[in-house]
Amino acid sequence: MPDARALHRHLSRACRFASGLLAAIAGVMAAPCPACAGEAKVDFNREVRPVLSEYCFACHGPDQEQRKRVKTDLRLDTRAGLAAKLDDIVPVVAGDPAHSAVYQRLCASDLDDRMPPEKTGKRPSAAQVATIKRWIEQGATWEQHWAFVPPARAAAPAVAEVGWPVNDIDRFVLARLEREVLRHAVAATRATLLRRVSLDLTGLPPTPAEVESFAADASPQAYERVVDRLLASPHYGERLAMAWLDGARYADSNGYQADHERAMWRWRDWVIDACNSNMPFDQFTVEQLAGDLLPSATDGQRIATGFNRNHRINTEGGIIPEEWLVETVIDRVDTTGQVWLGLTLGCARCHDHKYDPISQRDFYRLFAYYNRVPEPGMGKEVLAGTPPTMQAPTPEQRTRLATLVAAAVAAQRHAATFASPWQALPISAAKAGKDTRLTKQKDGSVLATKPAEHDTFTVQVTAPAGRLHALRIEALTDPGLPGMGPGTGGDGGFAISAISLAWAGPGGEQAVPITVASLDGVAPASGKEGQASAAWTLAKGGAAHQLVVTPVAPLDLPAGTTLTLTLGFAGKEARRLLGHFRLGFSPSAAFVAPPDQVAAEHELAAAEAARDAYDTALPTVMVMEDMPKPRPTWILQRGQYDKHGDAVEPGTPAAFAPLPPGAPANRLGLARWITDPGNPLTARVAVNRMWERLFGTGLVKSSDNFGAQGDLPSHPELLDWLAIEFVRLKWDMKAMVKIMVMSATYRQASVIDPAQAAADPENRLLAHGPRFRLQAETIRDQALAVAGLLTERVGGPSVRPYQPPGIWDELSNYGNLHNYQHATGPDLYQRSLYTIWKRTTPPPDMVLFDMPSREYCQVRRARTDTPLQALALLNDETFVEAARVLGGLMLGAGGTSSDTRLAYGFRRALARAPSDQELAILRAGFARRLARFRADPAAAQRLVAQGATPADPGQDPVELAAYATVASTILNLDETITKE
Amino acid sequence: MRDPHLPRGACDRRAFLTGAVGGLGLTALGGLAASLHAGDLPATRAVAADAAGGLPGLPHFPAKAKRVIHLFQSGAPSQFETFDYKPELLKLRGKDLPDSVRNGQRLTGMSSGQKSFPVAPSAYGFARAGKSGVWLSELLPHTAGVVDDIAIIRTMYTEAINHDPAITFFQTGSQIAGRPSLGAWVAYALGSENRDLPAFVVLTSNGSGRKNDQPLYDRLWASGFLPGRFQGVKFRNAGDPVLFLNDPAGIDRMLRRDMLDDLGGLNRLRQQAVGDPEIATRTAQYELAFRMQAAVPELTDLGKEPAAVVDSYGPEARTPGTYASNCLLGRRLLERGVRFVQLYHRGWDHHANLPHDIKNQCQDIDQPSAALITDLKQRGMFDDTLIVWGGEFGRTVYSQGELTATNYGRDHHPRCFPLWLAGAGIKAGTVFGETDDFSYNIITPDQKAHVHDLNATILHLLGIDHTRLTYRFQGRDFRLTDVHGEVVKGVLA
Repeated sequence: MPDARALHRHLSRACRFASGLLAAIAGVMAAPCPACAGEAKVDFNREVRPVLSEYCFACHGPDQEQRKRVKTDLRLDTRAGLAAKLDDIVPVVAGDPAHSAVYQRLCASDLDDRMPPEKTGKRPSAAQVATIKRWIEQGATWEQHWAFVPPARAAAPAVAEVGWPVNDIDRFVLARLEREVLRHAVAATRATLLRRVSLDLTGLPPTPAEVESFAADASPQAYERVVDRLLASPHYGERLAMAWLDGARYADSNGYQADHERAMWRWRDWVIDACNSNMPFDQFTVEQLAGDLLPSATDGQRIATGFNRNHRINTEGGIIPEEWLVETVIDRVDTTGQVWLGLTLGCARCHDHKYDPISQRDFYRLFAYYNRVPEPGMGKEVLAGTPPTMQAPTPEQRTRLATLVAAAVAAQRHAATFASPWQALPISAAKAGKDTRLTKQKDGSVLATKPAEHDTFTVQVTAPAGRLHALRIEALTDPGLPGMGPGTGGDGGFAISAISLAWAGPGGEQAVPITVASLDGVAPASGKEGQASAAWTLAKGGAAHQLVVTPVAPLDLPAGTTLTLTLGFAGKEARRLLGHFRLGFSPSAAFVAPPDQVAAEHELAAAEAARDAYDTALPTVMVMEDMPKPRPTWILQRGQYDKHGDAVEPGTPAAFAPLPPGAPANRLGLARWITDPGNPLTARVAVNRMWERLFGTGLVKSSDNFGAQGDLPSHPELLDWLAIEFVRLKWDMKAMVKIMVMSATYRQASVIDPAQAAADPENRLLAHGPRFRLQAETIRDQALAVAGLLTERVGGPSVRPYQPPGIWDELSNYGNLHNYQHATGPDLYQRSLYTIWKRTTPPPDMVLFDMPSREYCQVRRARTDTPLQALALLNDETFVEAARVLGGLMLGAGGTSSDTRLAYGFRRALARAPSDQELAILRAGFARRLARFRADPAAAQRLVAQGATPADPGQDPVELAAYATVASTILNLDETITKE
Repeated sequence: MRDPHLPRGACDRRAFLTGAVGGLGLTALGGLAASLHAGDLPATRAVAADAAGGLPGLPHFPAKAKRVIHLFQSGAPSQFETFDYKPELLKLRGKDLPDSVRNGQRLTGMSSGQKSFPVAPSAYGFARAGKSGVWLSELLPHTAGVVDDIAIIRTMYTEAINHDPAITFFQTGSQIAGRPSLGAWVAYALGSENRDLPAFVVLTSNGSGRKNDQPLYDRLWASGFLPGRFQGVKFRNAGDPVLFLNDPAGIDRMLRRDMLDDLGGLNRLRQQAVGDPEIATRTAQYELAFRMQAAVPELTDLGKEPAAVVDSYGPEARTPGTYASNCLLGRRLLERGVRFVQLYHRGWDHHANLPHDIKNQCQDIDQPSAALITDLKQRGMFDDTLIVWGGEFGRTVYSQGELTATNYGRDHHPRCFPLWLAGAGIKAGTVFGETDDFSYNIITPDQKAHVHDLNATILHLLGIDHTRLTYRFQGRDFRLTDVHGEVVKGVLA
């Protein structure tokens, strides 16, 4: 039994976690009550804690400050508190409601005595009060909140209908249905099931070929083969990422005021890749929270930490950086709590949590883990984002870069084979006449930053011993300059309006008459070339160039003489300074290189420029790092950045088990604590979210809150079974999803029986299959796929699909995200998770369908149904074009009769054939509209001209328009935008 | 020819409602029935008889206001050139703001590095206005004409000191994104009076003071954790007035009607097959969308307004997308039963060149705001409509940057700023609260109004107790006013 030891290890870990809690499931107050034998036993967690939490905890709960404020020592959220005697009052006396203050105060007739106080406006029902009474009579058994107790593995229950279950999920579900005397539904049809599982696992509908192949596969393994195919699809990772990005508040902009763009897509692609390679969930977690702290962290592990840099960053002028740094760090704590623990940690920002055992101290100890990133509180408005950042090339880009580096090395070697007359001439001083900052670099060059108009550079060197025949100015590229330089002009060019040379003689400055010439043959020159007062201009940058300054007579200067070169910038192009340069000299008159040497040097310059340009354009991503010396963290009173309370060190909440042995006191330790199999929350929260994605509602409906105020699980044993299974399978996400979709529960038809629905309107007991509206991205992706327009490319920079004109600009002209132009070509049709997301003005067709704004972590989406959604699906260019292109497919690929064409379009969208009645409606509608367009062919022309993809010129516009209207109807069907 | 506004086979409206929409709740049916002919709405006040939606038990007490128009002045208008007369400053011109006044209060990073804080008196004069004799800036002559109808709060205050957090706070009760906006709360609480139009509509305009400044954000009218249908619907100044409202080229009303009939028929078949009542609800949304397509163009067409009414809003009222045009459009929305109209007028962020820019900016808003009051009065709507005018914070008494004989700028100042209220339940012709000689600090501790207090007051006038309008999210009952807010009784009639 290889598993026995693992199970033992798991249990001992679980016990260690539990010991940190106030002894779990302990019936300490239990004194059996003979009078109530035979009465149903009150379940504390299910029936009592929710009442105490709702009506008592706000003042008599975990929040110490609130207890002080209302002047009470009474605490009802702990076992000890319920039994503690205070001034002769005992909250709960087991077996004795008459002497239990809790019960007495709940039903007191005197309003002054009655709890909760009148002014709260809260009042428990008579049934709830009676339950409290019964609970006390039965011995007042106290239990720890269910979600804080490690999951316990229950054996799958016996069921009457033994033939139905496929796996243990079904036994838990069916046992409950049988108990409630409800019937499960029949199995979904093959077509429905294929569409359901394809949408669930890849977010895309099945292709007509996939539909046919599944229909034709009579083997008992046919469905499993489909599931395996879908799990292996690259679109599986996209589908999972869609779910993960909401919680990670992933977006392409900073999210405040100017809302400038910043690049995080390499992190998004990391998530897709990790899901596709089925990275175990614990590793998936550790790498995102603390990949940078792993020993010899890989680039991928560092990119993963972008998770905690996806938060909004304030860049508004005049903000107080400390205030916004605090908001950043708070966002990380809150997000971690919701995504992994299902806890509302953010409630403990200003005061102890009112319902859950999270103190304000706990909150700021968690804060301390995240408060050591070397980041500014005020963000930067550049694409690379706010430090710390890293270069994050894709594998293809890395290969290309290596090629360019090798080419530059080869060019360097080749150039080195020629003897050069030029020797270095170190610059001793470089000063600007105005505000341009000139900085000497390690290689002896000078870099100009903060360029000032009409400036003058004065560059001094010590003249070499011996004869100086010529002076060389090398204009060099630099990644910090616009267009790589060498100039500061927008395109990397420069315009030196005057060049002069002088030496410090005994009688003061002695001007040296000079001529200038381009040395590398690539004409950076001006009309004044060859004149004493020379100029040199370069229209467009991107590569290095050389200029030679030749004294009319060679200079023989005393050793130690100072030579001064002056470069002036004046006239219309006075902003275009020389940005990066170096000097050299030739002691020989033969300084003009032979043509092959010029060519080699030119080649070298070009190779280096190509390498540098590519390197500079590589994608970057914001990442986590820890400062060598961490910032101090204080408890912030009322959550305010400038109200420091006690100093705290990093740590996990006191009510839970401490860090696992050997875990470091940093983010890596926190990540290890979260993924410790003994953590009672992590696995439950994760499997519940998988369940929610497939079934529409989690086993715990409040998938974002597993605390005392959250919902109780509909099937607690099933939830625990799944959580334990997840850990046992080493956090294998694909395996868990497979177990769920293989279940008979999942494979039920989504047909609703009115009588059963009356008993369970939300289908929490799972008497039928899921039926709910598709999420925003899937609605668009499906329309594109059905129309054959979808670009299936996985990953890459964010893209710009259709968006009504002016959506961005009507609210803001700040930042760089304005003047939206939709893409052309394949980018126009890439999946919606790649659509550029500007947080202050997100894509309207996504937001209308309840996609969150991504301004903060949101792990649960609403599902609304509004008239504005109808307008979008009918009139948005995306859907108008998709309908028109689908109409073209119907006409072109749907057979030869209108019936086959109509059925073809229907099948493309719904994976099933229309019924006779349905086909009759389609047929009649098509005929009516065909007649309409025949009468008004101009209208047909207008309709078929919609969208960037041209219609097939061979198709009759009138007929095409009529099919397009049917296609639009099909794309708008409730069934089409619903997962059945 | 069949009426294109009626579904096929449903010439008998009753047959349509009972037969075609099986599974719909009675309330929804009522809403559909009541406003089937939305396109016929007359320009006079006409509201579907049955108010739709809203929470049971609301209003908590009889409401003074049935609807609100919130004229938000984005960017933060200076109090010194508008509503807070400080004659003493003329004598102190150019002198440094005394430390005793500033008292260590935080400044933005834009002026905290200044070596001096020279006092900048208003470049514009003030005069008494109306019977109430309120001091008003010469930049607001039309407002002076209605000053006896409004209540000015001079002592608004907030904690936020930068635009994004401050405006987010003003509109949602929290500086951090994620809470529902004021309008969404009101829509959630009270529902709509017109089934064919959203309960909460947003209109935006750009100021001529400082163009394109400050940005606005979708979150300002978002529904946060409230259901999405309560989010504000932004009417646009160009293109479709409501996103995706217009049918694509080549599809006319008849064709659209025809397509929706097929859609309804097919959906009905699916509902028979799978038994999901949600399908009928979706079909009903398509019908509502169809009616909105008629109702909105009728609404936004100012052509039917009498010329005298349009003219009263000033010369810009005929230019779509201006503040003046939006005030008039706002009135049309209100009279059609829209519960909450939220205007944003940008351009008030005058860090520099304030004397020039604020003059233009005041010109934008002065006549239309006053005309709105007069217009509502003439239509008998003033007494049950609440009008709110103001920005997210005030501005500093000292000049940001150089103070010259003719020019200065002002930085952000959250410690006091003005705002006015008018209409339903408001004590007209009053001034509430006083600031010190520098309009730096509030000197009337009993007469001041925090942003939460204002929001509590707006809800109060709508018949809502702000402490009892809650929504449970993640196990906690959230309020617009968090755990704060006192109704500002001093401005109530």
